[in-house]
Amino acid sequence: MPELQGILFYLFAALLLAAGAGVVTMRNPVHCALLLVVAFVAAAVLWLLLGAEFLAIVLVLVYVGAVMVLFLFVVMMLDINFDRLREGFWNYLPVGLVVAAGLGVQMYLVANSGLFDLQAHPNPKSYAAGESNTAELGRILYTDYLLAFEAAAVILLVAIVAAIVLTLRRRKENKSIDPAVQVAVDPAQRVRVLQIEAVKPVESAAGEDAGKPGKQSDGEGGS
Amino acid sequence: MEISLAHYLTLGSILFLIGIVGIFLNRKNVLIVLMAIELMLLAVNINFVAIGSYTDDLAGSVFVFFILTVAAAESAIGLAILVAAFRLRRSINVDDWGRLKG
Repeated sequence: MPELQGILFYLFAALLLAAGAGVVTMRNPVHCALLLVVAFVAAAVLWLLLGAEFLAIVLVLVYVGAVMVLFLFVVMMLDINFDRLREGFWNYLPVGLVVAAGLGVQMYLVANSGLFDLQAHPNPKSYAAGESNTAELGRILYTDYLLAFEAAAVILLVAIVAAIVLTLRRRKENKSIDPAVQVAVDPAQRVRVLQIEAVKPVESAAGEDAGKPGKQSDGEGGS
Repeated sequence: MEISLAHYLTLGSILFLIGIVGIFLNRKNVLIVLMAIELMLLAVNINFVAIGSYTDDLAGSVFVFFILTVAAAESAIGLAILVAAFRLRRSINVDDWGRLKG
């Protein structure tokens, strides 16, 4: 179905570019983050058209599910005066356009040089009924690229540690407990044995108050 | 309407240029600059996936996999630095971060 593929490509490519343009020009950062979500979803659809189904799902899960939520958290958590950041917004547009035009001409010349047209590469890879992109990717990921895979795991670990170390802030009035101190405590610090002299009631007072046990304190005070 | 590899490469380059222009426009706002970097990485990933798919080579997909990993780590650390610097200066304006001493 090349017709349907063409329609889907142009639809989602237009959506992707519109969302991308919105990300960099919107006034409200929350809108920027949400438009970036739209851009990622559109890109995921394009990757599905290309047959990269696993990466499309990963893009939605990791980016929309984790990274963009992180962005939204930061946007909403920090009390930022965004109007001041918009000062001189269009001042640098000419410089940016010059740089972008230079790069764009180069990219256009490469992309449309005939190396990448339909004669050179007729069709994207299509999978037969029994095989899938996910299984193929998994097979080479855990064999040929195992070392790189482990390195990626280490990078993620470093990212976790770095993010926590950078944002962790110990408060002075913190009342959290220290387990080591709790375990190392000895009984002498917790239990104090007091030697208190037992009070013996005077003989006569005890005799008077024998009939009224509830008034014993009165008898003591009187003695 | 047969979609060729050149279509995808053109799309990727346009998206990359939008990201570059975005960095120039939002020069002061670190948050939007990070988002523009994400856009540029997405453009590169689109190129990788397209070339890998059209040349029937899974190395392109594997590369995108690792780029996604590194990009996620990068944005997490970038946002952490942003939050830490905001606590210090009460601002995310790059002009206010002019003297990053100690």
